[in-house]
Amino acid sequence: MGVALTRAAQWTAAGFGTGTLELTPLNEAILNDIIKFVEPFSAKYPQEAEFVFKEPLQWKTTLKPSEFKTGYIVSGTIVQSEENSKDGQPLLLLSGTDIKVSSFGQLSRLLHLARDKKLKEAQACLEANRDPVVKILGAGYGTVEGEEDLSTIRFLDKMKKDDDCENTIKMNISLLLQQLDMHLLNSSLKHISLEIRLNPSAIKNDVDLLKRFSGEGEQTVLESIDYTSDFEFANGCRAPPWRQMHGEICYLIVKPHDCDSICLTCSTAGIFVNGGIENEAEEIDYERHSEIYKDLVTFLREKSAKFSENMSKQQHSFFGDKKKGKKKSTSVTEKEEVHTLSKPSLVLEKSPSQKRHVLKKLEPVLKWTSSVSQEKKDSAKESQDEKSTPSITDKPKSVSPSTSAGKPQSLSRRKSSVKIEDLISESSSESEEDEEQPDHRQEGQTDLPSEYWQIQKLVKYLKGGNQTATVIALCSMRDFNLTLETCQLAIRDVGGLEVLINLLDTDEVKCKIGSLKILKEISHNSQIRRAIVDLGGLPIMVKILDSPDKNLKCLAAETIANVANFRRARRTVRQHGGIKKLVELLDYAQSKTDPMHHHCLYETKDVEVARCGALALWSCSKSNINKEAIRKAGGIPLLARLLKSSHQNMLIPVVGTLQECASEEHYRAAIKAERIIENLVKNLSSENEVLQEHCAMAIYQCAEDEETRDLVRQHGGLKPLATLLNNTDNKERLAAVTGAIWKCAICKENVTKFREYKAIETLVGLLTDQPEEVLVNVVGALGECCQEHENRVIIRRCGGIQPLVNLLVGTNQALLVNVTKAVGACATEPENMMIIDRLDGVRLLWSLLKNPHPDVKASAAWALCPCIENAKDAGEMVRSFVGGLELVVNLLKSENKEVLASVCAAITNIAKDQENLAVITDHGVVPLLSKLANTNNDKLRQHLAEAISRCCMWGRNRIAFGEHKAVAPLVRYLKSKDTNVHRATAQALYQLSEDANNCITMHENGAVRLLLDMVGSPDEVLQEAAAGCISNIRRLALATEKAKYS
Amino acid sequence: MYTATRKRLQKLTDSTSKASKHFNRYEIECLIKLFYTLLEETTEKQSSIGIDRNAFRNFLHTTFGMTDDMIMDRVFRAFDKDNDGIVNVTEWISGLCIFLRGNLEERTKYCFEVYDLNGDGFISREEMFHMLKNSLLKQPSEEDPDEGIKDLVDITLKKMDHDHDGKLSFADYETSVQEEALLLEAFGPCLPDAKLLKKLFNPKKKVPKGTMRHHSGTRCTYIISSRRKDNANSLLRCKYCQGGLGVRKTCVQILTFLLNSCVTLGESFNF
Repeated sequence: MGVALTRAAQWTAAGFGTGTLELTPLNEAILNDIIKFVEPFSAKYPQEAEFVFKEPLQWKTTLKPSEFKTGYIVSGTIVQSEENSKDGQPLLLLSGTDIKVSSFGQLSRLLHLARDKKLKEAQACLEANRDPVVKILGAGYGTVEGEEDLSTIRFLDKMKKDDDCENTIKMNISLLLQQLDMHLLNSSLKHISLEIRLNPSAIKNDVDLLKRFSGEGEQTVLESIDYTSDFEFANGCRAPPWRQMHGEICYLIVKPHDCDSICLTCSTAGIFVNGGIENEAEEIDYERHSEIYKDLVTFLREKSAKFSENMSKQQHSFFGDKKKGKKKSTSVTEKEEVHTLSKPSLVLEKSPSQKRHVLKKLEPVLKWTSSVSQEKKDSAKESQDEKSTPSITDKPKSVSPSTSAGKPQSLSRRKSSVKIEDLISESSSESEEDEEQPDHRQEGQTDLPSEYWQIQKLVKYLKGGNQTATVIALCSMRDFNLTLETCQLAIRDVGGLEVLINLLDTDEVKCKIGSLKILKEISHNSQIRRAIVDLGGLPIMVKILDSPDKNLKCLAAETIANVANFRRARRTVRQHGGIKKLVELLDYAQSKTDPMHHHCLYETKDVEVARCGALALWSCSKSNINKEAIRKAGGIPLLARLLKSSHQNMLIPVVGTLQECASEEHYRAAIKAERIIENLVKNLSSENEVLQEHCAMAIYQCAEDEETRDLVRQHGGLKPLATLLNNTDNKERLAAVTGAIWKCAICKENVTKFREYKAIETLVGLLTDQPEEVLVNVVGALGECCQEHENRVIIRRCGGIQPLVNLLVGTNQALLVNVTKAVGACATEPENMMIIDRLDGVRLLWSLLKNPHPDVKASAAWALCPCIENAKDAGEMVRSFVGGLELVVNLLKSENKEVLASVCAAITNIAKDQENLAVITDHGVVPLLSKLANTNNDKLRQHLAEAISRCCMWGRNRIAFGEHKAVAPLVRYLKSKDTNVHRATAQALYQLSEDANNCITMHENGAVRLLLDMVGSPDEVLQEAAAGCISNIRRLALATEKAKYS
Repeated sequence: MYTATRKRLQKLTDSTSKASKHFNRYEIECLIKLFYTLLEETTEKQSSIGIDRNAFRNFLHTTFGMTDDMIMDRVFRAFDKDNDGIVNVTEWISGLCIFLRGNLEERTKYCFEVYDLNGDGFISREEMFHMLKNSLLKQPSEEDPDEGIKDLVDITLKKMDHDHDGKLSFADYETSVQEEALLLEAFGPCLPDAKLLKKLFNPKKKVPKGTMRHHSGTRCTYIISSRRKDNANSLLRCKYCQGGLGVRKTCVQILTFLLNSCVTLGESFNF
């Protein structure tokens, strides 16, 4: 009973205390069951009925003393039972409205007395005693979540120890209560299961309905609503089986008028936004990204204003052109709010023809209104209506249990939704489904192409034929255009995939070959891929890779290559040892031809085997763990060897695999070691554009590494890269080539080469009219080239600065990082700076400091440094940015070290202007800088020290730094290994040492000794600063001494 | 007859080996020996010079696991070039040459011969029906059990009948096979299974193991008692009881053994 009461019963107030049981059907049922249990208790179990409760159950009753008759002593407002417990207490005691009962016997008598107030009494009793079991049997029997069964065990333990009669009775009661509990739970489960948890048919109805009102144009509620999958399982779900386990029913792509398309998951728990479809893998990211909404319409109303607007418009048009109709409808909803009563007559008052129209279109709504009608007692009118529309009024009867059972939720739903269109979603009745589905199916069937039937017939022969018939069926299935989606899906829909995959598991080589040939074709379709994986096709294909028949190996590998296009498939391949087997296939090209194979009937070349293996590996290598697996299986040397081959078909997947894998550190090392770069460079000059693209891509990945950059140059790879820049038609290749150039340009010598090949001019030409992927790389490359004076001049001459500055307004984060870097590099040239300034580039850079991404912030701040340095009248310029200085100072609160370092550098430059320094001092730069002093990051240390030394130049900042305890950490910087840090720190300390207190702090922290070492440094600036600082300290010491003695 | 000298065998081998391009001399020698073993096992008349239909079918069944009587008959006809009802040594060698090692072209020809039941140069609709009639599981639900077969024949014709004359000429068949090698045995298996072939022709260093049943039912150790002097009959002899072999059930093993044998004369081995 305890469990049922705590979990199943619906309490209004959460938690314990005086919650009240709502009067819901479920609770009513529970109470009735309890009453049924208690009332005949004394008759059924006389012995147990006498058992005295540990504590009396106590509540406020509505029973009057006068109602107690025989067996009770009534005196005024106090009623006592004649029955007494052993210690003389009455088993029932009523005083005023408070009642205490301490046995089942009394309870059942009480209920008997209460008659029609039974329910109320039981409710009041349970409300006051949230865990009656504890009171009846004692605290040891309370309902503890998660360990309901233990009480019995505890009891049995006790029983063993001492078997007195009382315990036996206790045991009996406990068992009886548990039985009751079980019973209650079961019956409430029945209720709950009827509740409005979403089910496939409900969603289907919703979607079908919304589809009717979707399409182009302003009047529709949505632009489009579609399932992600056309395949419907027998249970009505469209989610793959492994997702159905999570309660997911289907996925929808909804395009409202006023926002981007949303990818939704419909699950039994409700509707929510998922991660959307990944472009690359076409797999849905099942992760939940929003709250759960109770149904589709509520969700859409929330997301799209246009939807709710048009929805209400639709509503009007359906409910009739007259205002009258509309008024009625709203009045109905209002009524409903109050007491869930409505008029079924709402729609039915219209003329018959209109009525039919509405009936057809808005069935769910109708049903809802009519289902509620059952409770209505407005008899005359209703009976009339019932006559006129028997079909509708029939329905509520079948639906009624669900509507009444689902009260708590549906009640609140109705309360929350004022507008009637909301109710469209409530279409989860079963009767409608029956009506709708055959209709729908018929509709579908007339649309089916003739291929569908032919394929169905062939699949029948596949299923029911022997080897010969199977081969014939397989061959003739291949005559269909298997690249057409209709054919692909037809094969799946008629159950052909299962058969094809089953065939793979047989011993018949010919059947396997035939089946794989088909699977290979149709697996270009993403739905088919998914289905193949769901049906367990991959492990079998992986097994086939072991087959001695090369043709089979090839086909299996090619099919795997197609199927392994999404993550789950790749994982499956790996988990079944597929990677190792695929890597072994690569070895085929080298193995000497086996003389005994010459008579093999279905002969294929060894090269082909290796090619298919590489193809499959290429697909698989898109997962990081697979990359590692390929490496461990010894794939790299084999790939390197295949790379020397001259077969173009072979080279593309090989280079493709390498390119994918080169994102891994291990691979880059191995690629270097296996002399792969040389061949990549060679293939850059190939005829095949795809091959060129992948080679460039691979170089792009590998050139992260310094040595590799040199290797590319040494093997003469820079020239072909520069040449390929001139062909801009193939954007993918262009992106790969520019990427390779970017990475190679990190090396100074390569830049010189590129200048020789006039690549920089070409790159500047590519700054306009290119897709972002290309731009990122082009700008990145220019940024690297700009590190040299000559190149900066070239860029200016070619007019590259204007397009660069124009790119500062973009949104692509990677692009912004590169652009700011390039602009910053250009700004080191005063002449360039003039152009940038004219184009208002500094302001654009400054506004990028507000960019949410730290990389962009940092990069922009770095770029600002040379700008401020080289701009004419920089101080005035900086001040002209309203709020700019405050923004910079506030960036010192960032968490990101790179941002901090860059901002410090910017502050150093800003502070060169006295007025600006004054402003930033006012903005509190000193405490912020001081706070940063305790860092270990050398880069930050250097720039921080520089900033501090600059900021010392104003007012009492020197003293302020001392007060904010920035001096002691600065002294520690001198122990760093970085001489740049030393120089900056010594300068800062020199500035700070102008203040006597700071000198004391420095001295205390052992600065003198460290500074003395610095004086010996070859760096003159450092020498001077260190010496200056020491002299300041020394001077102070002398002064004090002097003061002492004088 | 089996007193035939080694010289005679030599001569026979020489003459046939010139004609066959897929076997080497040694293989031919072995096959000839096998031929005579089969001959002795199955015929009473010592004078007969070839394997008759029944014996050949037996051989196909036990060695290559063929089951379809009609196809086996047709295979016999394909072997028996001169149509005299027996397969003689030359036919045996040349037949096996295609059967075991033929290239696609030879096999296409051979298969077409097998499938062209009446030998009129065409595979007609009726012939197809005849050959495919057992290829579908009988489904009780269907009123006409032949309906499915007829459909299947239609499908086949649609796929293979390139000149649309309602029957398959050799040209039709050849084109189809070239397009799709899987259609080589379109109307039933009439070639040895690729796996079996692999087993037969893959040289193994180890002597094949397994129990070769002695006609008395006991397990025996056999030795190669002769390879040169005696005829094929005395090829394998029981080391102890000098009993012969129950060849009928063991052709595969003998064939395997012979073609891959690396056992020298007089060496004993266990099957």
